[in-house]
Amino acid sequence: MELKGRGISKFLGEGEALVTKQGISFFGGVDPETGMVKEAGHELFGKDLTGKVLVFPRGKGSTVGSYIIYQLKKNGHAPAAIVNVETEAIIAAGCILAEIPLVDRLNTDPIENIKSGDWVLVDGRSGKVKVRTEPKKE
Amino acid sequence: MELDREEERMLKGEEGPAVRKAMELLVAVGEVMGAGRMVKIKSAQVSGVSYGNIGEAGLEFLEDWAENGAKVKVLTTLNPCGMDLERWVEMGIDERYRSKQMSIIEAFRKMGAETTCTCTPYLAGNLPKRGDHIAWSESSAVCYANSVIGARTNREGGPSALAAAIAGRTPFYGLHLEENRAPTVIVEVQTYVRTSYEFSLLGYTVGKIIGAGIPFFKGLRAAESDKLKIMSAALAASGGIAMFHIPGVTPEAESYDKACLERICVDLTELERSRDYLSYGNEADLCCVGCPHCSLNELEELSILLRGRKVSSGKGLWVWTSKVVRDEAKRRGYIKAIEDAGGKVFVDTCMVVCPLERSGFAYMVTNSCKAAHYVPSTSGLKASVAELSEAVEMVLEGR
Repeated sequence: MELKGRGISKFLGEGEALVTKQGISFFGGVDPETGMVKEAGHELFGKDLTGKVLVFPRGKGSTVGSYIIYQLKKNGHAPAAIVNVETEAIIAAGCILAEIPLVDRLNTDPIENIKSGDWVLVDGRSGKVKVRTEPKKE
Repeated sequence: MELDREEERMLKGEEGPAVRKAMELLVAVGEVMGAGRMVKIKSAQVSGVSYGNIGEAGLEFLEDWAENGAKVKVLTTLNPCGMDLERWVEMGIDERYRSKQMSIIEAFRKMGAETTCTCTPYLAGNLPKRGDHIAWSESSAVCYANSVIGARTNREGGPSALAAAIAGRTPFYGLHLEENRAPTVIVEVQTYVRTSYEFSLLGYTVGKIIGAGIPFFKGLRAAESDKLKIMSAALAASGGIAMFHIPGVTPEAESYDKACLERICVDLTELERSRDYLSYGNEADLCCVGCPHCSLNELEELSILLRGRKVSSGKGLWVWTSKVVRDEAKRRGYIKAIEDAGGKVFVDTCMVVCPLERSGFAYMVTNSCKAAHYVPSTSGLKASVAELSEAVEMVLEGR
């Protein structure tokens, strides 16, 4: 399946999808040392974002979240790519700083159409998101 | 997004990797916000300066950027940091925190920012003119600059304000455009709002009720800048308010059509409800004044209130201001008067962004609704709001 959206951060990445219906605040919500979601009560609580294609509606919380995304990258715990329904400035700035691909405004709802565990390729230059429902075997 | 030749050059990296990254960030934010182009800015004001707020992530990023040769292109001032840069020991700050905080300041210094740290840049040498485009991120200063000065800024995030400073531009959307500066709701004030504390309560109440938009206040009499300053802070703390109008007081109040706007009424009962919501009780061991940072007039008022009085032992009166204002207050004798009475006047930081839990106090009273809104979550102290004279009285010895 190929989805088409708006490429905001123009890099290329792929990985296993991790999908949530909830917004994510990187500041306070994600541990920059480990890549684990630490926001109590969040659907992804305890999940590791490292190397995942993270699919969620939009960012929320403090703009310091951009710096957290940057630090995740430096620590080797950044997501491989981010797909938002409709992104905002915190996630956009963080993805640019950390050189993580970011695509939003897809032609179909990514939260409905991508399942956690799918293998996803995100091209931030063209805005294309390719989804393979069988995890890729090396 | 349409870019001019200079912007294209920056985006291609012809001014180095840091400028390229700053432009990439601004273009991305501009695309997300639907901006058609950039606008040149006169000044920047950058939040995310306190170590307690930005932590290792922010410090690493700022050091990397400074290392990569990032330099600001316009006058850039900083938000309060996590400690008084000289009197940090008195605030209970340890050596580790101090050295991290100093590294952050040093990174900003390397990039060419003014390292005076204040939420009231307009009282400390960063005073824009009406119509100037600026990129500010301290929410109270954004609200003040748009409303009282008539300068134009969105509520920038810390990273985007810094990128704007480095590129000398910010995406042209939101409050940079005339048509987005019109009032969206009329607020009928049906009680006599007079003191700074009452203006703060009004701002907090209205921010809470409307959440977003641009209120047009009716029923307010004269309001000098100190009152608009504390009201701006409260509006931006309880709501996402970045601008307001008051006829006869703010410069753009008469510029827009107000027919057909929704109306809300605010009376004394509602202000009292805000007070109760923000107040844990009627006692305190620490009185904090200076959210936003005190002006010269406010320091004078405090020095008069404290004439012949003493702060009780075991209690504290901590006053927060900028270095620029402190220096002039010192020349006028206000600082000596406050400190002789047992108060402390700190600069470059405030009760909201410093680790106030290290102060040794447990319960803060303040005349600022913004401070009472944030302090319980940022440092765990209990908080209450009160009229300035009553708040100060709570920590003084009996007459």
